[in-house]
Amino acid sequence: MNDMTPTSAERAEKLEGMGCKRKRVEDVRFTQGKGNYVDDLKLPGMLYGDLVRSPHGHARVKKIDTTKAAAVPGVVAVLTAEVLKTVNLAWMPTLAGDVQMVLADGKVLFQNQEVAFVVAESREAAADAVELVEVEYEALPVNVDPLKAMAPDAPMIREDLKDKPDGAHGKRKHYNHIFSWAAGDKAATDAAFAKADVTIREFIVYPRVHPCPLETCQCVASFDKIRGELTLWGTFQAPHVIRTVGSLISKIPEHKIHVIAPDIGGGFGNKVGAYSGYICSIVASIVTGRPVKWVEDRIENLSTTAFARDFHMDMEIAATKDGKVTAMRCYTIADHGAFDACANATKWPAGLFSIISGSYDFPVAYCLVDGVYTNKAPGGVAYRCSFRVTEAAYCIERAMDIMAQKLGMDPAEFRIKNLIRREQFPYTSAFGWQYDSGDYHTAMNKAMETVDYKKLRAEQKAKREAFKRGETREVMGIGVAFFTEIVGAGPSRACDILGIAMFDSAEIRIHPTGSGICRLGTKSQGQGHETTYAQIIATELGLPADNIMIEEGNTDTAPYGLGTYGSRSTPVSGAATAMACRKIKAKAQMIAAYMLEVHDDDLEWDVDRFRVRGNPERFKTMTELAWAAYHEVPPGMEPGLEAINYYDPPNFTFPFGAYICVVDVDVDTGETKVRRFYALDDCGTRINPMIIEGQIHGGLTEAFGIAMGQEIHYDDDGNVTTASLMDYFLPTAVETPHWETDWTTTPSPHHPIGAKGVGESPNVGGVPCFSNAVNDAFAFLGSTHIQMPHDHWRTWTAAEKLGLHT
Amino acid sequence: MAKSHIKMTVNGKAVEELVEPRTLLIHFLREQLSLTGPHIGCETSHCGACTVDLDGKSVKSCTMFAVQADGADIRTIEGMANADGTLHALQEGFRQMHGLQCGFCTPGMITRAYRLLQENKNPSEEEIRYGISGNLCRCTGYQNIVKAIQYAAAKLAGVPFQEAAE
Repeated sequence: MNDMTPTSAERAEKLEGMGCKRKRVEDVRFTQGKGNYVDDLKLPGMLYGDLVRSPHGHARVKKIDTTKAAAVPGVVAVLTAEVLKTVNLAWMPTLAGDVQMVLADGKVLFQNQEVAFVVAESREAAADAVELVEVEYEALPVNVDPLKAMAPDAPMIREDLKDKPDGAHGKRKHYNHIFSWAAGDKAATDAAFAKADVTIREFIVYPRVHPCPLETCQCVASFDKIRGELTLWGTFQAPHVIRTVGSLISKIPEHKIHVIAPDIGGGFGNKVGAYSGYICSIVASIVTGRPVKWVEDRIENLSTTAFARDFHMDMEIAATKDGKVTAMRCYTIADHGAFDACANATKWPAGLFSIISGSYDFPVAYCLVDGVYTNKAPGGVAYRCSFRVTEAAYCIERAMDIMAQKLGMDPAEFRIKNLIRREQFPYTSAFGWQYDSGDYHTAMNKAMETVDYKKLRAEQKAKREAFKRGETREVMGIGVAFFTEIVGAGPSRACDILGIAMFDSAEIRIHPTGSGICRLGTKSQGQGHETTYAQIIATELGLPADNIMIEEGNTDTAPYGLGTYGSRSTPVSGAATAMACRKIKAKAQMIAAYMLEVHDDDLEWDVDRFRVRGNPERFKTMTELAWAAYHEVPPGMEPGLEAINYYDPPNFTFPFGAYICVVDVDVDTGETKVRRFYALDDCGTRINPMIIEGQIHGGLTEAFGIAMGQEIHYDDDGNVTTASLMDYFLPTAVETPHWETDWTTTPSPHHPIGAKGVGESPNVGGVPCFSNAVNDAFAFLGSTHIQMPHDHWRTWTAAEKLGLHT
Repeated sequence: MAKSHIKMTVNGKAVEELVEPRTLLIHFLREQLSLTGPHIGCETSHCGACTVDLDGKSVKSCTMFAVQADGADIRTIEGMANADGTLHALQEGFRQMHGLQCGFCTPGMITRAYRLLQENKNPSEEEIRYGISGNLCRCTGYQNIVKAIQYAAAKLAGVPFQEAAE
């Protein structure tokens, strides 16, 4: 070896593997306007679909007259439920085991519900015709309040279920009831509460919000009558699931359906489900024999496709006098809207909500969730979180603050006293989850030291005294949140979607020259998969990341997978990628041994090559082995260098973090200024720190939006009053705070590379942290809980109720 | 519907087309001229994904008719690269500073930032945040977009870019 030979470290750096702040592959096209999103697609003869929607929240549909609409020049077809019935598609199954109207069949159950689908030569002609579809409605009593849904005289939302005492998840106890789901030990929990020193109880509402990706939901359906094949381009976070469900609904054989998800302009859960617009486009393409494009506008997006949350939680905690938690209990009413189209693993109607014991060592716990129907849009997706995890994290983190307040303890100190200790991992929670790894105290202490928590509390104390003396009209709040997520669904024993086990996949093919392609069952919507999966391969196989192409979203070429949501890409497909690499590497090792005329065991791996133990100058690089795989494999070995892995994780992963936020609230205007936000995340092994930081910035900004202003609101008549960006709060660069990010690294013991997933942590931890900060600002005045969102009006109102304006 | 005859310059090239009077500028650009860089995010002027540069101003092309752009000089993301084919400092800055994720807001954001830097060659962070407040991003939290614009400003001024301390 001479001095010019690059060292292992130098060679490793050139690969741009795991740990590298590799610049994104995707950006080259996105920064030049060359992304390829669904609405960019233009096919010869393509038609445009547009939906007629209900102005009523609840009404009987007496008559639909499409004569005038059909006469508009350029209109090719008008679909109604009657037309859809001829192909048995007036209703469709939901992911949650319910059924949903594709187009109004007899009744409309929420405002803006799909009533008819107009197909025309241009989007303008379609819009003209939508105005001319004449629908006669008879208004019915409306209920938009989930707490009143099970009243004896509540309006019956779902007449189709009137005679069905059983739902997809067991007995229904009222005609508007969907399911009851319980977890934990009720008797032991009740007993612990009965003998508790101190208890708190608070009704905590996580309002209905919407993921609102900048690109709305859209598709192009093209049915080829001659071949009997359907191609469907769409904004799909889970293309394979869409194809399987599409095949089951339409009876088109699955191999004759080609689902393609091109570039997606953000998803955040909004693009998991199957929507009426997709079904109508498919039927319209079959009927007309031409491709049909359907693109939601923003109002349609905010008011019809997949809301999130709407959880109403009655939360209790019990503790000893000296601040040790002894039990928690929570009863929740979950508003699912008019159809149960919630996106959860099928066996989990309330998702993974039983992560609600959080990061704390509760000996016993119990939760019960009742899902109900109301006259609101269907959905219940995980908006940048794993299934119902942000609801759980918000609830426990708010409740921990309320208990600390009652005990007269500092909220951080109270948490430290109850956090699961490092030596308790793997830790089995009172709800039975096995938390894979954690070092909570290290994270919490680092967070508190970095922000100088003691100094902040001292400053707050001084400001509170100044406020009481009338020297300032500002109150200072310090929000603390420590969250544990449960992501990476899932072990197939626990999780499936309509019977499809929630594994995921990677298929890697290394070409003779040492470059390659990896196809996966997941689908990026901005997460940077084309960049990061290649980094895993670079490290595992010793090939430069730049030489690996990543491809997702085409069901004809990608191996089967359940898609991207619930932070599952890295925990599941990331693992599949590593495992597929290891199969390839094992084969390469045999080829290397053959070429170097040594036994397999005499070789050792060194960054990008196999070398002979004790004789490092005799080696074969992975690039050389790729070439050899195609021309001089050992006798009896198949040529080629490729592998596929379907990864069924042994467990979920449990990322965690410690967040601290400082706010100043003007009690006269209700305005909250975020002075500081510090986020420490532990997502296990870090693949690309630049992308992780970007994900955290984005998730915190969404959390800021949710906590400080977002709400999908309905008035009593069922009108959705927040369906445009005029009324629905998306933070701009001006309001958005500056983010400070930090990390600790506690690898997952069961994941092949120790990674846990990160994209959703900042939303899960961020929302309670902001809310705790605003609540903390008023705590010294006797306030225990102010509901989100903490916009000026609500905050001002809270101040008013506390008598601060007299 | 009778069509109107319009002429304009788009990304340096003369364009002459017939359009319906009610055709929105964004639909004209995307569908008639196949310039799919600018996107449609809200159709109500809130999100800025459709931003183009029109006669020296940032314009939301979803709330302007194509006929109103008759005679205009328009630049879209497709016309942002330098004359020699290299990327504009902003395009480079957005990649270097990780100023984008899903990429949907990016063409509008870069086009807006282009005009901002024409008007203010060395904007402060506050000026940048205010200057791009008509463009929404759901992925990045803006912090790296601010850095990307600062990077471009430095590059255009020929000075080394220094990231502000966290």
